[in-house]
Amino acid sequence: MSVVNEWAFIGVFVAVAWIFPTLPVVLAAFVSPRKPNAIKMQTYECGVETVGDTWVQFRVQYYIHGLVFLIFDVEMIFLFPWAMAYNQLDFFAFGAGLLFLFLLTDGLLYAWFKGDLEWK
Amino acid sequence: MLELNPQSIAFFIFAAFTIGGGLGVATSRNLIHGALYLILSLFGGAGLFILLSAPFLAAAQILVYIGAIAILIIFAVMLTRSMTRLGEVYNRQWWLSALVGVGFFVLLVIGVILPVFGNLDPNAAPLDVGTTMDLGIALVDGNQFVLPFEVASVLLTAALIGAIVIARDRD
Amino acid sequence: MECRDIINTLAACLQEGGMNPGLASFVQILLGVVLVTLAPLIIVILLIWVERKFAARIQDRIGPNRVGPFGLLQTIADAVKLIAKEDIVPAGADRFVFNLAPIISVVSVILIWAVIPLSPIHIGVDLEIGALYFIAVGSIGTLAIMMAGWSSNNKYALLGAFRVVAQLVSYEIPFVFAILIPVMLAGSMGMQDIVEAQRGMWFFVLSPIAMIIFFLSAQAETGRAPFDLIEAESELVAGYNIEYSGMKFGLFFAGEFVHVLTNALLLVALFFGGWLGPFVDQVPALGFVYMFGKAALFYLFSLLLRNTLPRVRIDQMMNFNWKFLVPLSVVNVIVVALLLQIVRALGLAPAPELANDFVANLPQAVILLLGNLAIIAVVLNMLRNFGRSERPAEAAAIRKDEEMLPAQAAH
Repeated sequence: MSVVNEWAFIGVFVAVAWIFPTLPVVLAAFVSPRKPNAIKMQTYECGVETVGDTWVQFRVQYYIHGLVFLIFDVEMIFLFPWAMAYNQLDFFAFGAGLLFLFLLTDGLLYAWFKGDLEWK
Repeated sequence: MLELNPQSIAFFIFAAFTIGGGLGVATSRNLIHGALYLILSLFGGAGLFILLSAPFLAAAQILVYIGAIAILIIFAVMLTRSMTRLGEVYNRQWWLSALVGVGFFVLLVIGVILPVFGNLDPNAAPLDVGTTMDLGIALVDGNQFVLPFEVASVLLTAALIGAIVIARDRD
Repeated sequence: MECRDIINTLAACLQEGGMNPGLASFVQILLGVVLVTLAPLIIVILLIWVERKFAARIQDRIGPNRVGPFGLLQTIADAVKLIAKEDIVPAGADRFVFNLAPIISVVSVILIWAVIPLSPIHIGVDLEIGALYFIAVGSIGTLAIMMAGWSSNNKYALLGAFRVVAQLVSYEIPFVFAILIPVMLAGSMGMQDIVEAQRGMWFFVLSPIAMIIFFLSAQAETGRAPFDLIEAESELVAGYNIEYSGMKFGLFFAGEFVHVLTNALLLVALFFGGWLGPFVDQVPALGFVYMFGKAALFYLFSLLLRNTLPRVRIDQMMNFNWKFLVPLSVVNVIVVALLLQIVRALGLAPAPELANDFVANLPQAVILLLGNLAIIAVVLNMLRNFGRSERPAEAAAIRKDEEMLPAQAAH
């Protein structure tokens, strides 16, 4: 298959993959009974009536973990071409990859020893 | 001039995603909806990368922007209190950003699109864009991009440490 | 291209029958897509039965045994029931996002199947960036959970979703680092190339650590015990999917099951030679047997873990990832890269024409294996010392709690 055809396959795949999971949901919408009432539609929080707004404020921890993840994710994008071409690379390239990883691990170590990775 | 083949149809679909998503981000009153529209827009961008024979960039776009940055944006939205349902427009500088946006568009049209519009040879040989393998070799080649590669790493580390220092709880 | 077999060269066959070439290739693509999409959805029906039987046996029950032979049709009966159930959308929910979330969670898993090599000639599409493709597509699933939690208008759902997303994004790092190793060893991101590169030696032998990291983080990515904080029934009622009922809940459920099998297949393709096995070159269809046979072992192992291990606390789980798996996977990448350079400098790497020969691969494999075993030895020693220093403190804390109990009761 040519490169264009490969991605045409993915394109058709993305379109078709939606159909099969959507089908049962649509079918259920036609078949299932529908008798809503106020109590049935209530938010389920163990039978206690819900207090205040649902969209509570979250801790900064989540954000910091997301941040560390993001940095590593970007790093990964750089490392994949490096790993792919590794069979053709010399010792210098290994050093370059090592330095790259080392610098980033620094960031992780900083977060670690400053206690930002503790989950409280 | 406009030929209707599968590629041009795909282009218009992805372009519609990109622009529609962008409009949604700008007009949505609900911040989470805004983030979801942004994802739609980025997805359209990934599709355009594929049409330009740059699948590696498309995968990077989905992995980094949709898989990581969108999540981070939603985390950030939830850090703020009751910001998900804005009743009115808080941003008094919206006209300024609109002006900047239009300005950039005009710049793009004058600088990039007009010079090539109508002059493109449809039968021109495709550009030799190089493979992901070439990218990997070039990134760590002492004569090519090894310095930008390492500087990118320094930049990422600096961004990480800086963001943590700013985001940290001060208690 | 000539017309050889009906699946891979259908377009050529149709053209011979006088069809327009563009339409013929479209029909071929469409047929391939429908086959690859339906496969996981049909297999999941069987998987749910296997899981329920397996769990039942471990818990000294019989499991489903009424509908059909051995209860095999139980899942179909359940699906019919789920479709016929009333669809409840809680008040204040964001209807559109609420309905979209379960569908996206299934779609993101199905999309991975496009690049899974099932036999030498049966793969949806052998993309040049296959490994990166399945990582990217899989990461969309995180988004579905976030959407589900947020749109439900329920505090428990939102809290659950946030926890899960924090877990998923954290474990994605060792997951991707582990995939870096096969890519490095095969010199390609194409899934067929990675399988072909294992003809001489399975990558499991070259880097067992990467395989273990992959398995553990895949277990966490699918929310299986001991990392099943996704459905922490006792703490968060049910987690992000609490407000879901009927078929939409069923979709989340099916998505999780397909994901576990998908990860088992990826593990086999990346580390255990995929469809490689005796006579597979003569009879390509045997590839299916080897691929699914190997994957079934890991699927069952995952079930065993799920049914026998207790759940960990969220702080333990995050620590395990950030302070153990991530550093270990970084060290592993560095050590493997270094050893590969040393092997090449010593001239022990297999010559390109002998790459498929077992004996030619042996010196390189032994050196890499020894390197991995050295890491394992160091790590186990560090863990032992850590355990020794930690255990007395934990025990003291528990004793203190127990002394406090009667005092509180007196109040």
